[in-house]
Amino acid sequence: MKLLDLLGYYNYWVFAVVLMVGLYAVISKNNLIKKLIGLSIFQSAVFLLYITMDKVEGGTAPIIQAGVENQIFSNPLPQVLILTAIVVGVSTLALGLAIVVRIREAYGTIEEHEILGAD
Amino acid sequence: MLSAPLVVLLQPRGLAWAGATAAGLVSFAIAVALAMAVLGGETQTYAMGGWPAPYGIALAVDDFSALVLLLVTGAGAAALLAARPSVDKQIEEERQPLFYAAWLLGLAGLAGIVVSADAFNIFVFMEISSLASYILIAGGPDRRALPAVFKYLIMGTIGATFYLIGVGLVYMMTGTLNLADMQARIGDVVDLNPILVAAGFITIGLALKAAVFPLHVWLPNAYTHAPHMVTVFLAACATKVALYVLIRFDSMVFQDKLSDHVIQFAMFAMPLAVLGILVASAVAMFEGNLKRLLGTSSVAQIGYILLGASFVSQAGITAGAMHMFNHALAKGGLFLAVACLAYHYRDLRLSQLGGAAARMPWTCAALVLCGLSLIGVPGTAGFISKWLLITAALDAGPWGWTLVIVILVSSLMAVVYVWRIVETLYFQAPATEETGIVEAPLQLLLMTWLVALLNIAFGLAPAIPLTLAEGSAAALLGGMP
Repeated sequence: MKLLDLLGYYNYWVFAVVLMVGLYAVISKNNLIKKLIGLSIFQSAVFLLYITMDKVEGGTAPIIQAGVENQIFSNPLPQVLILTAIVVGVSTLALGLAIVVRIREAYGTIEEHEILGAD
Repeated sequence: MLSAPLVVLLQPRGLAWAGATAAGLVSFAIAVALAMAVLGGETQTYAMGGWPAPYGIALAVDDFSALVLLLVTGAGAAALLAARPSVDKQIEEERQPLFYAAWLLGLAGLAGIVVSADAFNIFVFMEISSLASYILIAGGPDRRALPAVFKYLIMGTIGATFYLIGVGLVYMMTGTLNLADMQARIGDVVDLNPILVAAGFITIGLALKAAVFPLHVWLPNAYTHAPHMVTVFLAACATKVALYVLIRFDSMVFQDKLSDHVIQFAMFAMPLAVLGILVASAVAMFEGNLKRLLGTSSVAQIGYILLGASFVSQAGITAGAMHMFNHALAKGGLFLAVACLAYHYRDLRLSQLGGAAARMPWTCAALVLCGLSLIGVPGTAGFISKWLLITAALDAGPWGWTLVIVILVSSLMAVVYVWRIVETLYFQAPATEETGIVEAPLQLLLMTWLVALLNIAFGLAPAIPLTLAEGSAAALLGGMP
């Protein structure tokens, strides 16, 4: 029973693991692009959290159809929220990459320790 | 009336400085009108799209948000009014419209956070303002701003994502995103693990955004290398808005609902605040670059605000909110004066600024005035909030004395680092023999003096912010928004 409980939270385990993988990459990598990739993974974990919680057992997509009544559907609100969060994530990533490009132009490198050494 | 963020969003492009300034002034006027209405004793609410509060996205302005809104729009408008000469010098002609557009987006985001009554909306506005401020900081000619802004971007995004996780977990348990509604419903699910985890995530995430002491590493560099006017704007309000969300979220949703949460919050926030105050002040004493010195001192001042909040008492939160307002005045004035200095001095290390007072007497006088307010000399705005803070500390219990000592010691440290600036400006021989250094442009100088005089004015007559601060403390502790 204990094991089944743990397995029942399968999605949440994945969420936690992916989150930590992303965070680890952000902290440990020296290359700025790899840092951004880590950040992206980190954010994706949160998307997974939101998507997981809106799932209703046996539910389908929340679309009202003619002729179908009393259907169970997933909670659409977290999906909408996370759509917004994905957009935010993408724009952050784009801005981050733009800054990396400018760092490359100014310093000629994208390795963090070399940049710190340059000034 | 509550369209302040919308007004600003409507005209982001093309009109450059004039348009931006007009928008800034309009939003400031709206903020003043809102504050008057709130002072009249009513909370202003507005349901976006006409949907009623628990379902639609609501905006709400009470005393606390009115105070912070005044601060944000005031700082934005004042900095924009003065910005022209300094920005002309630092940003190329063709990129200026984009620069001002980012500025307005940042202003809109910050104002949006303050008026929003919806947890997820706060996240969205937070990201709008953060993205805009990354652009602003990176906009200057200083290449060292780029790594600084990259670090800020990484840490800011992690902070915002933590906050998002927390909001997600709370939503999972309560099924609502509206702060007031959340407050009403969280009683059913208190002390379940997800809520406790959510409280942790939200606190850490916002502390990261607010540059609370051990999480502040992004701040000094970002402030030092940003264009001077951007530093004025961000130093005056960006971190304070994150603190505002932290205080509001914690006291509305979590405190007096979770068992022992008040003690946990105090035990978390107070040591960090004390450490931040002492360590950052000590670092500032030995800092050689004028802008970085002031940036480091900002970390200490954030410590004061958090300290006030960590008492979780009427006096404490009043003091915290007051210090938010007064520190914005003092630090905004200081950075404005720095922008004046920077108009002629390329290198802002203290060793290069010797004897500047002889060449720019008005600028330096304003800098001294704001410095006095930062220290908390009686008669200036800084004194009022430090006095309140000490009173609150004494009320807080037998160990309040130690906190009073901390505040006094760090005020002495502030005397030391402000004195170092004064000594350099007034008594040291000029480092360079450059001639032709005269006063900063009138536009810049006038705004600097206006802010400096406001420091005195609010030091002698603190009634308006004080009423708002007391009202916000009562509202936050009384539980109703």
